[in-house]
Amino acid sequence: MVTLDHYLILSALLFAIGTVGVFLRRNIITLLLSVEIMLNAVNLTFVAVGRYLGSVDGQIIVFFVMTVAAAEAAVGLALVIAIFRHGETLSPDAFTSLKW
Amino acid sequence: MLALIPLFPFIGFIINALIGRRLSKATSGGLACLAMLVSFGVAVVAFWRLLGLPAEARVIDETLFTWIASGRFQAPLTFRLDPLAGLMCLVVTGIGFLIHVYSTAYMHEETDHEYARYFSYLNLFAAFMLVLVLGANLLVMFIGWEGVGLCSYLLIGYWFDKQSATDAGKKAFVVNRVGDMAFIVGMCLAFASFGTLDFRAIAAAVAALPPEVTWGVLSTITLLFFIGATGKSAQIPLYIWLPDAMEGPTPVSALIHAATMVTAGVYMIGRNAVLYSHAPLTMEVVAVIGVATALLAGTIGLAQNDIKRVLAYSTVSQLGYMFLAMGVGAFAAGIFHLYTHAFFKALMFLGSGAVIHALHGEQDMRKMGGLRRALPITYWTFLIGALAIAGVPGLSGFFSKDEILFRTFASGHSVLWVLGTATALLTAVYMFRLIYLTFHGKPRYEGAYEGAQEAHRAHDRAAHAQGTHNHGGGGVLHDAPMAMAIPLVLLAIGSVVAGYVGVPHALGGSNRIETFLEPSFSPPAHTAPAVAGTHAEPGVALSGEGAHAEADAHGATHADTALELTLMVTSVAIALMGIGIATLVWLKRPHVAAALAARVPWMHRLLLNKWYVDELYDATIVQPIKNSSTVGLWKGVDVGVIDGAVNGTGWLVRGSAAGLRLAQSGSVRIYAAAFFVGTVLVIAFYLVR
Amino acid sequence: MLTDFQAIMPILIVTLSAIVTMVAEAFQPKQERAPLAGFGVIGLIGAAAASVLLWGYDKTGFGVVRADNFSLFVNLIVIAVGLLTILFSPQVIERERIPPGEYYALTLFAVVGMMLMAAATDLLLLFLALEVLSLAVYVLTGIRRAQFQSAEAAFKYFLLGAFSSAFFLYGVALTYAIVGSTRLEEIAATLAVSDQAPDGLVLVAMGLLAVGFAFKISAVPFHMWAPDAYQGAPTLVTGFMATGVKAAAFAAFLRVFLSSFHTLHDSWAPMLWLVAVATMILGTVVGVVQANAKRMLAYSSVAHAGYLLVGLIVGTRVGEAATLFYLAAYAVSTLGAFAVVAVLATEEHPHDRVQDFAGLWESRPGLAALMTVFLLSLGGFPPLAGFVGKWYIFSAAIDAGYVWLAIVGVLTSVISVFFYLRIVVMMYMSDERALVPTPAITRSAVAGLTLALVAVFYLGLLPTHAIELALTSVQGMF
Repeated sequence: MVTLDHYLILSALLFAIGTVGVFLRRNIITLLLSVEIMLNAVNLTFVAVGRYLGSVDGQIIVFFVMTVAAAEAAVGLALVIAIFRHGETLSPDAFTSLKW
Repeated sequence: MLALIPLFPFIGFIINALIGRRLSKATSGGLACLAMLVSFGVAVVAFWRLLGLPAEARVIDETLFTWIASGRFQAPLTFRLDPLAGLMCLVVTGIGFLIHVYSTAYMHEETDHEYARYFSYLNLFAAFMLVLVLGANLLVMFIGWEGVGLCSYLLIGYWFDKQSATDAGKKAFVVNRVGDMAFIVGMCLAFASFGTLDFRAIAAAVAALPPEVTWGVLSTITLLFFIGATGKSAQIPLYIWLPDAMEGPTPVSALIHAATMVTAGVYMIGRNAVLYSHAPLTMEVVAVIGVATALLAGTIGLAQNDIKRVLAYSTVSQLGYMFLAMGVGAFAAGIFHLYTHAFFKALMFLGSGAVIHALHGEQDMRKMGGLRRALPITYWTFLIGALAIAGVPGLSGFFSKDEILFRTFASGHSVLWVLGTATALLTAVYMFRLIYLTFHGKPRYEGAYEGAQEAHRAHDRAAHAQGTHNHGGGGVLHDAPMAMAIPLVLLAIGSVVAGYVGVPHALGGSNRIETFLEPSFSPPAHTAPAVAGTHAEPGVALSGEGAHAEADAHGATHADTALELTLMVTSVAIALMGIGIATLVWLKRPHVAAALAARVPWMHRLLLNKWYVDELYDATIVQPIKNSSTVGLWKGVDVGVIDGAVNGTGWLVRGSAAGLRLAQSGSVRIYAAAFFVGTVLVIAFYLVR
Repeated sequence: MLTDFQAIMPILIVTLSAIVTMVAEAFQPKQERAPLAGFGVIGLIGAAAASVLLWGYDKTGFGVVRADNFSLFVNLIVIAVGLLTILFSPQVIERERIPPGEYYALTLFAVVGMMLMAAATDLLLLFLALEVLSLAVYVLTGIRRAQFQSAEAAFKYFLLGAFSSAFFLYGVALTYAIVGSTRLEEIAATLAVSDQAPDGLVLVAMGLLAVGFAFKISAVPFHMWAPDAYQGAPTLVTGFMATGVKAAAFAAFLRVFLSSFHTLHDSWAPMLWLVAVATMILGTVVGVVQANAKRMLAYSSVAHAGYLLVGLIVGTRVGEAATLFYLAAYAVSTLGAFAVVAVLATEEHPHDRVQDFAGLWESRPGLAALMTVFLLSLGGFPPLAGFVGKWYIFSAAIDAGYVWLAIVGVLTSVISVFFYLRIVVMMYMSDERALVPTPAITRSAVAGLTLALVAVFYLGLLPTHAIELALTSVQGMF
């Protein structure tokens, strides 16, 4: 029997994977994907809770979040292209001219 | 009307700051002097009006507008003239005007826009000082308090191409900020306890309370204010900035670091006299710190060779006296000394300025001597100042210093009295040492003459007013030009006569100044005698009148007079003895001084090096932080981020910052990790609790 | 239905002007230049007028937006920020060759996001507003595509911003899981009835929301993006985000934590206490060693976030009003300071190192005086706006018993004066004449600087009216 708790734990795990990905992976594109994973982990929570509560709110919220995620991805990729032009690399550690 | 007093210097500041660079020196200097003169005129008129009121009603309030008002918190921008503020106003505007006049000659070598900059700062300072004096509540006073600090900082570092000057400015600023912090916290606490910041309202609220004999909120508030005062008025442990402040132009030392700003702490305590007299524990602290500072600075003054530094330590020492007076509850005596001190110390600073000016920036007394004949005006006026500060009868310093010592003794602080008297001896000795080394003996300046001129250009741009060409040839020294001589003479006259407003009862006088100031130190409801009666414990006599009332109650008026006369004779004897010692050692047998220094070299070194206090601070506070941060720092230096550009920062902050900023590595992944760690901490904090 | 639209009227007006700006640029003839800034100015003034008209009516719209005095007050602050930014912009746009249509439209959309954030009474709408605002600001940060630093700053800001929004959203999701709704009033109602100790999940949800806000206001340890983004962004954008974004985020922070989670004040206050202390200390201490004026101002804005947090932690009406007042005082001072940096830059020389200010007193006495006033206000010198704000916040803290918080605040603001004064010292007391020729300054920038100056003195000398307004605006809020 799959209960709400299982969904919540799964989404927490996904969220953790995304989080860890942001600061462990060494490719800018992967970092963006990790953030996407985090957002989708949250989406899973929304859907599961909505289903559990018997309301459609959760699913509607997910649509909003997906829209936001798409907008974010658009801006993010544009920025990645912008810095790639300057650095010719996709390593996040190469961009440290601003520090201290 | 009251608002006009600070307004005129402020207008002078605005004009000189905005278009001063396009004005000739005569115009910008004249403008600044005019602003001060008008302000002085207004102050005199206001003071006159104040005198016209009956003694109990001598308060003129003038509310410009409500500054901050919300709910129960009210802070109107109110100026208040009462006897205390009136006296201070006259001192600030009057002596301020004379020093402005003096400056027009002293600073004559500056370029036009530097000249305008100087006078704009000076005028701004005067405006803020007057706001400080006239403010009717703590918040308005604080505007002035911060403002004078800022101006002092700008003026100490006025010759910013001189590294020591900018360092001194920084030091003054750092030390003053420490004091200011305590002041702000005290202010918040005062508001939280009394619900008001108005001086009279606080006094009224406090008067209803019994004096706080155990540690409590009144003691905390007063102590916090006192810490603020030690910063501004250069007392232990925050006195170290004042001697270094002598890097500023000499007129600035005279105005800000002798006559006015440094007395702000004393003034503030006088302003809050009722509050302080209800906190006997703090009063003890004030008295002890005061006398300790007086003694310490006196001993240091004994071995300094820089003429301005001797005067600086002398100022610290005299401020100690004033705090001693405040601490034993003799508020009127403290303010009286503040007022006479303003005359003779400003006089001596300006006199030393004339000497330095004549010698092209030479400040070392070992390279002076025999200037008596070359600079007669300077010599005679300086001598009057020295006699006044030493406490020779008939001059102003005698009356005020004696009053303080008498009150100290009368309030039962005999140990403090002994220390205070010892300081009086020291004062006489170092002052006359200064006189003899500078003005008597064999001239020692010719040999150093060429060097001095060199030093003049590189080291100190102290100007001389007229006839540069005259100095080029035969080494003919010129006494102060008119614009410098007149203030000297006027201040000398002041140093003689200023004391006669406070001739003590014992000498058949009526001590008018004390009676006059008295209403400022008692709660507005005029319950002074009753309160004084309830304050039987020593050191808490509310005022001079209170002390007398007490004395009368004991039926000991005669004994009192006798005591006062005895003490007076003692201190006169002490003063003459001090002058005698100085004459013997530095005039008659100059070799004795050297022999003495050689006999007890450790003592001499100790004094010369100012008891190693700067070194102590350096070793205990500055160095450890410096060392621990070297590891972090070298990298910063390496990338050239920390370079000479980092001004105005204490090592303390800088050292810890060097480590902290390295965390900001520029890597976005590190930032994300820090973010994550922060989140975990936040959640863990919640869950663990 | 009419009430619904009335409630969002200010937001609608700005949205409309943003769209007009965007469309106008797209359709303008090649050689002609449409007065793009004008649309923004008109829209913002219209929104300000609408906000003033709505004052006191407490309209709600669509169940998720509330035009109470609180949000209207914040509206006025962010509108002022937007207006000043637009006034300063023409010169900078010209110099940096920034596409004006995009720039103005994005600025206006960011203002829309800010206003929506202050007005939202639903966590989901709050999230959307946050994203509207953030996406616009990310792009603005990187709008000088040709510049490496600008792109790097935008990327860092974006990545960390998206990262933090995910945390915030997770907090929303957990709240939804507990309460079954994202409406603030329902959250408050649910939490109020459960009188036993708060359950762990609630605390986690609240923590995640707090982290999201803390990121936006750049509180330690979530501040690390701020110095980099502030330094790399075009100076005016830096000023815009240092003030507008912070004001909006604080407004939402106040609303969420003092309405929905007010019953849990005892749980979150100690945690924010630590954050506030760390923020004040780190912002000040690290600010002291900065050699770049923009970066220094960035750390200064971190420190100011700490002072603002004090008002939130205190949690009394006076504390809230103090926070609002402080936001206004901080906004005009900071914006003014950044604007001076921005107008001094030339194409070759960014004029953002501290040494670049050497001798400014001689070459541009007016600008030097303005900069001095703005910096002294930030440092809390009486009688300027910053002083009154600080005094108000710290006395609220002491009144509510948070004495140590006030002491740390006073201590750090005392230290912070050092780095503000470093620039002042450079301008007035420096031998170096490091100055490259400074550009001419447009009339609109002069107008903007004058407005900011007047505001600093107005809030400093006659703060009573603004304080009263702030007090009334927090009265009916919760």
